[in-house]
Amino acid sequence: MRWMWIDRIVELVPGEKLVAVKHISMAEEHIHEHFPSTPNRKPMPIMPMSLVVEGMAQTAGVLVGHAEGFKEKVVLAKVSKAELTREPTPGCTLRYTAIIEQRTAVGASTKGIVELIDPQATANSAESAQVIGSIDLLFSHLDNNMTGVQYPKENFVFSESFKTLMETSGIEADF
Amino acid sequence: MERSEILDKVRELLVDALAVDDDEVTPEATLIGDLGAESIDILDISFKLEQDFGFKIAQGELFPEGVTKDPDFVQDGVVTEKGLELLKERVPHFNLDTLKADPSVENVAKIFTVDALVTFCEQKLQTA
Repeated sequence: MRWMWIDRIVELVPGEKLVAVKHISMAEEHIHEHFPSTPNRKPMPIMPMSLVVEGMAQTAGVLVGHAEGFKEKVVLAKVSKAELTREPTPGCTLRYTAIIEQRTAVGASTKGIVELIDPQATANSAESAQVIGSIDLLFSHLDNNMTGVQYPKENFVFSESFKTLMETSGIEADF
Repeated sequence: MERSEILDKVRELLVDALAVDDDEVTPEATLIGDLGAESIDILDISFKLEQDFGFKIAQGELFPEGVTKDPDFVQDGVVTEKGLELLKERVPHFNLDTLKADPSVENVAKIFTVDALVTFCEQKLQTA
């Protein structure tokens, strides 16, 4: 399962909202090569923020694709806003909630919230998830692009990996 | 809504959509040339206009699509009379004077100014 940055879809309201989770594991190769430090903290393994954005892009992208019956080639066109206040570390779970703000034949805009579920924090408090950021995105439907560029007929965006994700999440989808 | 009020809202929206400084968003500034907008930004701006002003924008209503690729409307890199007529009909918020004076196809993007965007909003609000 290459380049999948969400593990399971836990809620889907078609055309409106999708919630997905991603468990961060020390076994992931990218973690082995990403040890940022700060003036107050020694280097430690952290999931890169760019991949957190990709996780939201996949969450929101599936939501937009599902709304179009997976007929459109939905691609991330613009990161309108991305703010993250805490670094996700192995052992934590990220929960992405994406909401469609606007959707037309040409594309869609989404708003997203990123929450972090830290098992250590959860053990010590009633709060199970902490909001650590917001990511707003803009998607384009490739075949309706303004420049008139033609793309292959096959929907290369929603690959077999996405189909597996839908199936393991118990969501029926006709790709 | 007063035109100056529309300009203020449009300026705020463009600063957000195109990551430009507010003093760059003058009425004469061109979106694609001066403010660096790309085709996907037109969709973003269109969505933001709908949200901020409460009207609906049909595909191609804000900025013409396909005109410059149609041989009926552009020949040898120049917008034809038929092309100019179509632009006048499809996008009445654009001031076509400069394009009429020099109808080179590269000049089509130059008619999409902040002022044209304000006029578009003004016209949409009047017909809403």
